[in-house]
Amino acid sequence: MQTAGPVTAGPRARPQHRRRRPSWASASRRRLSRKVKGLAYAAPTAVFVTVFFLLPLLLVGQMSLSDWPLLAGDRGVNAPDNYTRVTDGTLFWPAVRFTLLYTVIATVVLLGLALLLALLVQESRPGAGFFRTVYFLPGALGLASASLLFWGLYSPTTGPLSPLPERLGLADGPVSFLATPTSALLSTVFLVVWKFAGFYMLILLVGLQRIPHEVYEAARMDGAGRGQIFRSITLPLLRPSLALCLLLCVTGSLLAFDQFFVLTKGGPDNSTVTLVQLIYREAFQRMNLGTAAALSVIVLAALLVLNALQFRGLRRADES
Amino acid sequence: MGSTTGPRRPLRRLVTGAVALFAAAGLLTACGSGDEGPSGGGGVAAGPEGVDDGTTLTMWTRAATRPQSEALVEAYNASHRNKIELTVVPTDDYQAKVGAAAGSRDLPDLFAADVVFVPNYTSSGLFADLTESIDALPFAEHLARSHIDAGTYEGRKHVVPHTLDLSVLFYNKDLYRRAGLDPEKPPTTLRAWDRHARAVDALGGDVNGTFFGGNCGGCGVFTWWPSIWAAGEEVLNEEGTEAHLDSATARTVYDTYRGWAEDGIAAPGARDETGTTWTGVFPKGKVGVMPMPSTTLGLMPKDLDVGVAPIPGPDGGASTFVGGDAVGISATSDSADQAWNFLAWSLGDEAQVDVVAAHKDVVARTDLASNKHSEADPRLVTVNELVAKGRTPYAPMFGQTFNDPNGPWLTLMRNAVFGDGSSLEKDNAAVTASLAD
Repeated sequence: MQTAGPVTAGPRARPQHRRRRPSWASASRRRLSRKVKGLAYAAPTAVFVTVFFLLPLLLVGQMSLSDWPLLAGDRGVNAPDNYTRVTDGTLFWPAVRFTLLYTVIATVVLLGLALLLALLVQESRPGAGFFRTVYFLPGALGLASASLLFWGLYSPTTGPLSPLPERLGLADGPVSFLATPTSALLSTVFLVVWKFAGFYMLILLVGLQRIPHEVYEAARMDGAGRGQIFRSITLPLLRPSLALCLLLCVTGSLLAFDQFFVLTKGGPDNSTVTLVQLIYREAFQRMNLGTAAALSVIVLAALLVLNALQFRGLRRADES
Repeated sequence: MGSTTGPRRPLRRLVTGAVALFAAAGLLTACGSGDEGPSGGGGVAAGPEGVDDGTTLTMWTRAATRPQSEALVEAYNASHRNKIELTVVPTDDYQAKVGAAAGSRDLPDLFAADVVFVPNYTSSGLFADLTESIDALPFAEHLARSHIDAGTYEGRKHVVPHTLDLSVLFYNKDLYRRAGLDPEKPPTTLRAWDRHARAVDALGGDVNGTFFGGNCGGCGVFTWWPSIWAAGEEVLNEEGTEAHLDSATARTVYDTYRGWAEDGIAAPGARDETGTTWTGVFPKGKVGVMPMPSTTLGLMPKDLDVGVAPIPGPDGGASTFVGGDAVGISATSDSADQAWNFLAWSLGDEAQVDVVAAHKDVVARTDLASNKHSEADPRLVTVNELVAKGRTPYAPMFGQTFNDPNGPWLTLMRNAVFGDGSSLEKDNAAVTASLAD
């Protein structure tokens, strides 16, 4: 045992010895080569982030301060005209209200249903795999394609759903699913839930399966009921997954565009215009990149604030 | 971004430096892109025929006029050394696509545009100046006036007619017979049209009197305005900066359509119709009488007995919206002479008669209004003769005012027809504000 000491010390001693040997110059060369290697590793990401995120961001900032028609190009600084023009626009505040309303409805319905689905398929019973796949499948479709599909289904002139309520004796004539502000909003929420519930289910499923069985068993031994277990064990331990879903869902809903662009085009009567649709309209209907950029900056700032608040709220909840 | 064990400070410095460098470059190029003003460059240098030397040309058109463009391009490619690659863009996305391409200087050699958007494009310098080439054509004076006018900016001509698309009344003769109406007597007043629609609607079942795109600004412009023009009234001022859409005649037109909506004379879906499927309803044979684009005449089912008639005003008169696409050469094209070769050919006798007229479409030249194909189908004569009576409204801010689904005109339309119509004056003021924007 005594000989073990020097033997185990051997390998440790050798590098120490080697570290002492090289001159100051070669050490600094090695440090330099390490730096170069580090830079080389980081460079692709740095270039990517610079070219595809930072530069466009700077350009948007510059655009938002300039008179910049799409067809004529930059005509020089006009700040803060674009910002006042955008916020004075008749559709701006209705769009803010509608986007928030849609976000609340979509988030509550989506996450509620996703949690329900996750609870339904969490245990490995026969057929669970089948249902997991079925619920997730719509998530594999692009949102624009899915919207187009529902547009076809909802169409009162060619769609198969429109005459259905009449045949079932629930309505007097063909139903127009997108005809009123409320029905247009609910029809779009239905599409989004169909499309995304499976995706959020998957995230929650992973969270559910990370909860150790022992905790449940201990609770049952202590005589806890199903509701009690759900409230006191499942929900608290699922919080990180729920937080992730909440963040993704809120951000995604605030940036809603495809579904409304395809299904309602902001109608009927401008009742479903979202903020991103307004950006598109400024840029490509009114052909004004300056106001479109100003609106983008406003949306970006709002998103940053909201995300920061969400993060803080969730972190505080974690600490408590 | 991975772990943070690397040398962070030099990296940060590098990134900051790169950002500064790229930003400076971005600012420079951004400033540089504004150099060329909206003068419209290029133009055609070669003779009146242009050049046919085997160049490949790119061309864009919108889906609404796809069959016409495809027929012309196919015939040209088969008989010329130049080859045109045609790209068809969804109608709703066309403005955005042209705008984005203009911003990045990626426009094709040739692009057709809905004639109402042309003033916006010419004033922004997207089209090359074709004045000399157009004037040198032997049939220059016979080219559809309203399209040439739409492309004239500061006295210079930039486009030629590509596809003429007129709004005309289509009526189903079989349904007219069943409803006890004379199938050879289409309505000549808006009131008669209303009576006919109600008579056909009374047949019941899945038959409806009429149909219209109630959530489609472009459809309203195209099919409602002719009824106002037919009464001898103006819709816009000459500069296209002021709207007169709250006149007594306009009210009569809106009220007629409101009656059709309220009493269920219009087929289901009229209220939500965004324009995507509005021409697909009549060919099914269950609608009595409705205004439609003349380009759909060649696409009607063979067994449908269809009559066409001019769109009447409340108490008579006739007019039409001379729509469709005008086509020009983009100011940034390197092959303007070759592109002109296509344009000059497309307006010649051969292309107009053997391609356009043969397809039951409206010819771009008034001297060819009567030709061997139109003689075989009297409906074509009706439509061709309307070109002279029709109008193409001129407004630089047309798209954002009338075609934008969130624009002020659609609000006016829907308030006037599906609402109580009390906000008409206010809505008209909003339209004017957008036109003068």
